[in-house]
Amino acid sequence: MSETQKTAAPGGQTRHRMLTFHILRYNPQDPDSKPHMQSYQLEEAEGMTLFLALSEIREHQDPTLQYDFVCRAGICGSCSMLINGRPGLACRTLTKDLGTEITLAPLPVFELIGDLSVNTGKWMRGMSERLETWVHTKEQELNLDKAEERMDPDLAESIYELDRCVECGSCVAACGTAQMRNDFVGAVGMNKVARFKLDPRDTRTDDDFYELVGDDSGVFGCMSLLGCHDVCPKELPLQTQIAFLRRKMISVGLK
Amino acid sequence: MRKGDRQVIINSQKVTITERDEAQGLIAQRDFGGTKKWRTCYVSDGTGHAMLYTASDRAIAEGIDVHERKEAISLIHDGHRCYGAVVRDLITGELSVYLAKATALATGGAGKVYRVTTNAIICEGIGHALALETGVACLGNMEAVQFHPTGIVPLGILVTEGCRGDGGLLRDVDGHRFMPDYEPEKKELASRDVVSRRMEEHIRKGKGVKSRFGEHLWLDITLLGRHHIEHNLREVKEICESFMGIDPAEKWIPVRPAHHYTMGGVRTNHTGESQQLKGLFAAGEAACWDMHGFNRLGGNSVAETVVAGMIVGEFISDFCDKKENDIDIPMSLAQQFYDSEKAKLGSLLNSAGKENAFKLNTEMQEIMTSSVGIFRNGDALAEGVKHLQDLLKRSRNIGLTSKVPGVNPELVMAYRVQKMLKVALAIAYGAQNRTESRGAHFREDYPHRNDQEWLKRTLAFWRDGADLPELQYETLDVMKMELPPGWRGYGAKDYIDHPDTAKRQAEIDEIRKQMEGSDRFAVQDKIMPFRDKLPASLRGRNERLDEPLNG
Ligand SMILES: Cc1cc2nc3c(=O)[nH]c(=O)nc-3n(C[C@H](O)[C@H](O)[C@H](O)COP(=O)(O)OP(=O)(O)OC[C@H]3O[C@@H](n4cnc5c(N)ncnc54)[C@H](O)[C@@H]3O)c2cc1C
Repeated sequence: MSETQKTAAPGGQTRHRMLTFHILRYNPQDPDSKPHMQSYQLEEAEGMTLFLALSEIREHQDPTLQYDFVCRAGICGSCSMLINGRPGLACRTLTKDLGTEITLAPLPVFELIGDLSVNTGKWMRGMSERLETWVHTKEQELNLDKAEERMDPDLAESIYELDRCVECGSCVAACGTAQMRNDFVGAVGMNKVARFKLDPRDTRTDDDFYELVGDDSGVFGCMSLLGCHDVCPKELPLQTQIAFLRRKMISVGLK
Repeated sequence: MRKGDRQVIINSQKVTITERDEAQGLIAQRDFGGTKKWRTCYVSDGTGHAMLYTASDRAIAEGIDVHERKEAISLIHDGHRCYGAVVRDLITGELSVYLAKATALATGGAGKVYRVTTNAIICEGIGHALALETGVACLGNMEAVQFHPTGIVPLGILVTEGCRGDGGLLRDVDGHRFMPDYEPEKKELASRDVVSRRMEEHIRKGKGVKSRFGEHLWLDITLLGRHHIEHNLREVKEICESFMGIDPAEKWIPVRPAHHYTMGGVRTNHTGESQQLKGLFAAGEAACWDMHGFNRLGGNSVAETVVAGMIVGEFISDFCDKKENDIDIPMSLAQQFYDSEKAKLGSLLNSAGKENAFKLNTEMQEIMTSSVGIFRNGDALAEGVKHLQDLLKRSRNIGLTSKVPGVNPELVMAYRVQKMLKVALAIAYGAQNRTESRGAHFREDYPHRNDQEWLKRTLAFWRDGADLPELQYETLDVMKMELPPGWRGYGAKDYIDHPDTAKRQAEIDEIRKQMEGSDRFAVQDKIMPFRDKLPASLRGRNERLDEPLNG
């Protein structure tokens, strides 16, 4: 086969599909705005992601459309939304994996900013304050001249495995309990507790962690539907972590 | 496996590293492009992520408020002292005033003035523009912009150089492998800047592949075979699948050199403070703190963010503690800046102008990529500067199609593009006037580094009402350097030396000879003392494995 023939594949002059986006629109800042579905038509392009599609719609069809993208490369977690009803990162979703009718809506649970934009940051801050998601050390002053404390490399890897969470909110949006209880810390919160529990620098005991998550707003609120596990874009082992924490907390509770 | 061997994942690739026994359990380090020693700390494939979350967790632990979704749109100042900023709420669209003894810009790079960039879409250089728009503070070395040869099109996400290293080829619109035509010896494996330049040159000859998202070339790794791609280039495969839906074992990857890093920034002294506007500080990619010169080594940027955070942060706190830096908050000045921003936004909203903000943005990006890219020459730069000036003029005539309350994304684009155009002009005009090649700044018409005439920083000011930045130059003193500029250790020795270089080098050689056997701290103090430039709390010696701290 000649080299030229092969180029016909990507970027070639093939006919593209016409896509219809049905987007849930609502601007809480505008007294005249009411939640409604609005449709946009867009010709698909090779390698089109929802980031590219939404940018085109905003630039060429409707400059009022609100959404959040930051890194557009699947690493910052800003753009999670309901894509055909399922939470996911819009930047990492290719239109070619969807049908020609695409429905987009903001994540539930979080405060709505407008259209597809929600305030995950505010929710995450609340969760972090409540669960005290930082390393609790005894020493107050750190001697910066000294080399860092050593940590077993395998343990460091396991901590990193849980540390990969990008706080996109997908797990919270997919959670039955979070939709009913607004104090529920979600899989994201429990994953964080599991992460700090592993960290040898953190001096908190199992009893301390029980105080944080040993009730219905924590591990005992989870109904084990595990929507969280299925939608996590980082494929964090949420199911295992929640089960592990729950066993641990039951044993603390029975003491 | 040998003792000390460890399997780690770096950028999704499995790598075995061998640590000295005594380094076991310390933060992992490795080498990186251009360095000879292991000096780059890393955390698996998410160093920046791990640092960001640690810093954020600490801020929460300390009870520090973080005001999210707030954008500074103007600095409040009286020409001598900065008093804070006018800030727009990106949820409600409301304006407010933040008054402060010290104001720090840590607003990141300016990648989005280019069409193709690896940067996040929030890297719009607004912080740079805020400093520039004071008319007092200045930007340093804005023409120093780093590019990377293989960003995917259209998203600009990087694919590793390993693709070419392993035998991948670059092809053009006809499927022709063009690199051997330009570089018969090294072909695709010429250095980063050479490959980038050749790619742009080839596109300029009309050999690019046209697409809805601009022109590109092809990276062909199909010839490496599925097995190799799935085992050795896993990350590339994942990027191709997730962001383009392409199987790179079957199809070619659309690539184009992409903007990667902004070396220039708000010019500061060693404390991070602007040299012209008291109380204004800058840190990180937004600053020109002299951490980088006209290029940047891998790993140095995230390192700069934490090191500057520590050092500049300490200086800011010292600054605020000093009695003489107390301010009587000039409410009338704050009101004046607030009113002025409110009026500007109001006139944008009510303008009958015909210009479209999104279009102006795209045009600016196209000009920057085509005329102020990797490959620069006087004619194209002059043309580019003129075109950008024209856009700046047109940007005063933007009309909006919608006046929705709240953040209003069209309004956001409108006021940002007005600012970004000034930053773009600082880059383009600086590049036009620097008639030499240095680091990432390459001039076809002046291909050599010229230390004799150009060993100086570019400073760009934007005076009130001007339609071009004013450039000044700050000369560097070779006689104070620890490493006078010389040969890079590779490539041709085709630069023009500074007259002091040989003298200074001889001086340093002499000191080293005389002090042979003295400890390295004494030698450092003799050649280039720096400890007195650090905040008092950070002047201690850092513990090293071979230099334990006593007690
Ligand atoms: C793809 C890629 C790979 C990289 N890889 C490496 C690497 O391997 N090693 C390395 O050392 N470096 C790397 N870098 C560079 C490094 O990531 C950046 O230089 C660094 O993150 C910059 O940090 P910063 O804190 O200065 O700015 P940023 O992290 O960009 O933060 C700036 C913040 O300021 C906010 N902001 C901007 N304007 C305003 C305003 N007007 N008002 C309020 N807030 C504002 C932004 O929203 C943002 O939150 C890479 C960069 C990219 C794009």
